[in-house]
Amino acid sequence: MSQKMSSQAYADKPARSANMKVVEGSYAVAHAVMCCLPDVISAYPITPQTHIVEHLSQMVADGELDSEFLTVDSEFSALSVLVGASAAGARSYSSTTSQGLALMYEVLYNVSGMRLPIVMNVANRALSAPLNIWNDQQDSIGARDVGWLQIYVEDVQEAVDATLQAYKIAEDPAIRTPIMVCMDGYILTHVYEPVELLDKELSREFLPPFQPENILDPSDPKTFGAFADPTTYTEFRYLQFEAQQKALGTIEKVAKEFEETFGRYYGGLVDSYRAEDAEIVIVTMGSVIGTIKDAIDAKRAEGKKVGLVKVRSYRPFPVQALRKTLKDASVIAVLEKDVAIGGEAGLLTDLKAALYNSSIRTPIIGFTAGLGGRDITIKDIRKIVEKADAARKKIESEFEFLDLRMEIL
Amino acid sequence: MKEIRLHGRGGQGSVTAAEIIAVAAFEDKRFSQAFPAFGVERRGAPVMAFARIADQPIRIRSQIYEPDYVIVQDVTLLDVVNVASGLKPDGKIIINTDRPKEKLKLSTKAEVITIDATKIAMEVLGRPIVNTTMLGAFSGATKEIALESLNTAISDRFKGELGKNNLLAIKTAYERVS
Repeated sequence: MSQKMSSQAYADKPARSANMKVVEGSYAVAHAVMCCLPDVISAYPITPQTHIVEHLSQMVADGELDSEFLTVDSEFSALSVLVGASAAGARSYSSTTSQGLALMYEVLYNVSGMRLPIVMNVANRALSAPLNIWNDQQDSIGARDVGWLQIYVEDVQEAVDATLQAYKIAEDPAIRTPIMVCMDGYILTHVYEPVELLDKELSREFLPPFQPENILDPSDPKTFGAFADPTTYTEFRYLQFEAQQKALGTIEKVAKEFEETFGRYYGGLVDSYRAEDAEIVIVTMGSVIGTIKDAIDAKRAEGKKVGLVKVRSYRPFPVQALRKTLKDASVIAVLEKDVAIGGEAGLLTDLKAALYNSSIRTPIIGFTAGLGGRDITIKDIRKIVEKADAARKKIESEFEFLDLRMEIL
Repeated sequence: MKEIRLHGRGGQGSVTAAEIIAVAAFEDKRFSQAFPAFGVERRGAPVMAFARIADQPIRIRSQIYEPDYVIVQDVTLLDVVNVASGLKPDGKIIINTDRPKEKLKLSTKAEVITIDATKIAMEVLGRPIVNTTMLGAFSGATKEIALESLNTAISDRFKGELGKNNLLAIKTAYERVS
């Protein structure tokens, strides 16, 4: 957190640097992917992800990036292509969103089960029906159990940096697990803001070439993911489970290494903002964090001890890190852009489970908001703080839709 | 922090204009952010885009409801959209129209600035695309972005003859409202 401490209090975004440029989020991410030197890219365009692959396609066409860019008929095919490519030892990349991710579902398990370290940017978007092209996080939260690691980013710079970090984490021989880098669709893919694009040389030094021990090779035939009967299937799953637990350390380690090389750090598994002495702590993921930080500063100015804990790694879920960061809170409010219909919501449920077997008995209330692109404002955050404050005495509602329009129900 | 809302119709380059504001403000050594009001884009339909300029890094990502400045690229929008909604009383609204401001259906305490950007664009660019011309007017009327920085941002985006003509359109609009 060196850069956070060095600048003025709580101006936690990096100060201006000489290499910063105002660019579109999608371009910045495509540029980051280019710096990762993928051998194979395959994707199917779907808004709001389209610009990322359009830019990559342009880079390949212009000879800026030496990759095999495969156009396919669907997202199912896009990821299937990468199964073969990655198994053959190629560094492989895709990106998608919403219905596209849903269409990949079967292949998502194949990728993780075969331990193929594919990196995919998910430009988070709502799911049909009703048809909605706007942002929420239902798509990737719904895929939380498919065996991929999931990192959620708060701004374009973090999306860029997390994409490079992702390959290093995924390709670590002890991890060998695919990663989704989740960025809020439109809000981060379509925003123009100052970003320091990755330096190609530094990126190459940071990310060593992909050298898997086992690859598909006609001269040395091997089988990937073919068949496991009841005598071995459990062990395959256990090894995936174990790899994700190991990834807890690797994600932290890679974030620190990234800081050493590039000077930027976002927390590894979790990060926090004015949470040290906070009584009311909001836990969330993604681009809403910026708005929450501004709301927290306003609340602090009014004398309310409010803070934020950001979950950066949702898979693996950082149980110990969250217990440590949240141990002194007197009330916790979880805000998320998804709903587990019939239950509560992903982050809320996971957080409650993480804290239950510890000595922490802090009230936890949950809010879903921002579904299908509904704007989340500072006023909404103030409402959460007020409700959380009241929940210290009595929990009126354990989980609710924060921004429900009662008048149209 | 200054917040800007741009109103236009699909195809008029409102999103591009917001992006150019962000690039130009950063040229001015300030921090900036620009984004569209995400919608289902259709040519001719009312659209909005947003920009923020600040001396500190910008964190907030909600849409803009109480802008300091409003830019209206098409005066016919006044019949369909409340373009002055939430506009701060000490703010400014810049409207592309050939009508005098007294004739406009507007409810705001903010300063109203009119400019016939369509005429300038037709004369200089030969096309009724007014987004860059309106940026010249924005720079002249508010001084939130320097004309030189706007020129740099425009030259970055539009090359050759088109770039040169856009610079002239901007300068004309800038001088007319300054």
